[in-house]
Amino acid sequence: MLIWENIRLAFSSLLASKMRALLTMLGIIIGIGSVIAIMTISSSLTNAVSTSFQEMGANNVTVGLKERSEDSTSTRSGMNFGSSNKTASMEESDRITEDMIDALKTQMKDQIDAVAISESLGSGTIKDGSDYANIAVEGVNEDYFASKKLKLLEGRHIKAADLSGSKNVIMVSDKVVENMFEGDKSKALSEKINVNINSEYYSYYIVGIYKYEETGFSSSTEEDVTTSAYIPLTTAKEQARADEGYSQFTVVTSTDVSDVSAFADSIETFFLPYYMGNKDYQITTTTMESMTESMGDMIRTVTIAIAFIAGISLLVGGIGVMNIMLVSITERTREIGTRKALGAKNSSIKLQFITESVILCLVGGIFGIILGFTLGAVAATLLGYTAAVPFTAILVAVGFSMMIGIFFGYYPANKAAKLHPIDALRYE
Amino acid sequence: MPKKDSNTVIQLSHIVKRFFVGKPNELEILHGIDLEVKEGEFLSIVGESGSGKSTLMNIIGALDKPTEGGYILDGTDVCRAKDKKLSEIRNQKIGFVFQTYNLVARSTALSNVELPMLYAGISKQERHARAKELLEMVGMGERMTHKSDELSGGQKQRVAIARAMANNPSIILADEPTGSLDSKTGRVIMDIFHRLHHEEGKTIVFITHSPELAKETQRIVTLSDGMIADERKGDRVC
Repeated sequence: MLIWENIRLAFSSLLASKMRALLTMLGIIIGIGSVIAIMTISSSLTNAVSTSFQEMGANNVTVGLKERSEDSTSTRSGMNFGSSNKTASMEESDRITEDMIDALKTQMKDQIDAVAISESLGSGTIKDGSDYANIAVEGVNEDYFASKKLKLLEGRHIKAADLSGSKNVIMVSDKVVENMFEGDKSKALSEKINVNINSEYYSYYIVGIYKYEETGFSSSTEEDVTTSAYIPLTTAKEQARADEGYSQFTVVTSTDVSDVSAFADSIETFFLPYYMGNKDYQITTTTMESMTESMGDMIRTVTIAIAFIAGISLLVGGIGVMNIMLVSITERTREIGTRKALGAKNSSIKLQFITESVILCLVGGIFGIILGFTLGAVAATLLGYTAAVPFTAILVAVGFSMMIGIFFGYYPANKAAKLHPIDALRYE
Repeated sequence: MPKKDSNTVIQLSHIVKRFFVGKPNELEILHGIDLEVKEGEFLSIVGESGSGKSTLMNIIGALDKPTEGGYILDGTDVCRAKDKKLSEIRNQKIGFVFQTYNLVARSTALSNVELPMLYAGISKQERHARAKELLEMVGMGERMTHKSDELSGGQKQRVAIARAMANNPSIILADEPTGSLDSKTGRVIMDIFHRLHHEEGKTIVFITHSPELAKETQRIVTLSDGMIADERKGDRVC
């Protein structure tokens, strides 16, 4: 087979001028390498995001108030809820009431495992002498812990009695215990802590300690990391002097529900009559699935944009290949003449040089993939993600480098094939 | 159509070759050459530089087509052949031996000899066996795996002769094959040609400007100013 002979020939001519081949390949190596590196980081990031979203609860549907906008194109993938709204201030009458939630629970009791409600009181600092810890205080209901899996290390969760009595109890992370009580959990339990939130002091008794898990997003391991602390929802309402009702809550879907998105739609439908007459607000739902998707879309878009820019260096690499092929053909003009005199058809000559250019690009591409993956994996690890192999990108890279070989090798190869045997033989 | 004898290998009739046709510097190199070469003949073409020797050789070797006239090579009309067909003719019917050897660099003697067979689509085993046999015939059996740049001039030319014989062509076309060699090595090469002619019955067209070497052939055709100026018998009888 002529093709095997051509491949052998291509390797021997590349090996004959190693330095030149390497320099030419460098363009392809850098081009493919940077694309693969970016793809590796991106796919690691996507994996991390999707895992941490799944951990947050794949079955959770977040129901929230959303300002009505002129264009009703925004979908469930949007993450803008009541709290972040800018203009029309939220009136008490706009908020989701306890009655609505009870009605929802009653109507869909088979599909709903729990309804988690939380209201943020704000971020603050616990201070005791020189010891301090940053916390974000959230008022939660009893069901909240069904939506958010927390590992309880000591004590208990916030329970119904805490809520009904609006007790000043708090559940803190082990980080707080580390900072304030030198890690002694049993000592910390039932201790009183003072929290300064927006220049106001609140006192709580610690009833539970949970294990703080780093999320995929934060890489901060320092002492002053802000961890969540949970107090009864009723206590938070009182202390914040907040209106009745809620701006958002989370429905923990029963495992019987197979299509969470469809269920989320039915929740929206349920709330339609309540908000029909409301000009400013409507109910919208967010599922982890849709959030993962929209996050993935975002990462993909950014990745494609960066990869495209990196791809430009591939173009430069390809031009380098074309240049070196032209030089090589000029140098080997006599050889081409000889081959033609011995009966090589134009097509055989063309195939020979295209093969050479493809091999050049392919070898460069493979080196590039190795380099790119290594760099990407190191970068992903440093950023705190598990490196994921971007299989599709690798396949595309191999195919793409072969295509560059064919594309940029075609013109020189064609030039070689069209050489007149006499001129080629006479060439000095 | 020129008439064709059964044992005529080369039949050139009124070959005219012009360069730069239709341009102000149009140049006629060959002015109507008639030449017949019989099967098994050892013919030499001599002539001074600029006599049109090389142009004629290119036409005989199917590397170039004449502007006017007809050329039948072993029953094939070369003038009417397209590029692809010309490649086939060169591959199957002509064995080239060049003054500068023209071996493919970085390739072994063996793969050089295999090359014409590769283009003919002959299987690897067959190519290998035939190439070995040919290299042994020219006394290069010991150096088959040597790369071409590891060989001396005489050795290179022997490989080139083996290569010319690869597809068992109708003619061997040798262009000053001893031109780059010292007289002793040239002698060895010349003897190989005699052997090919005598033992294998090959038709050989030998282009040279050495009258002594030409004398060793059966027939000497002298070119001058693009015309056949003289045609005489050489010393070689059989």
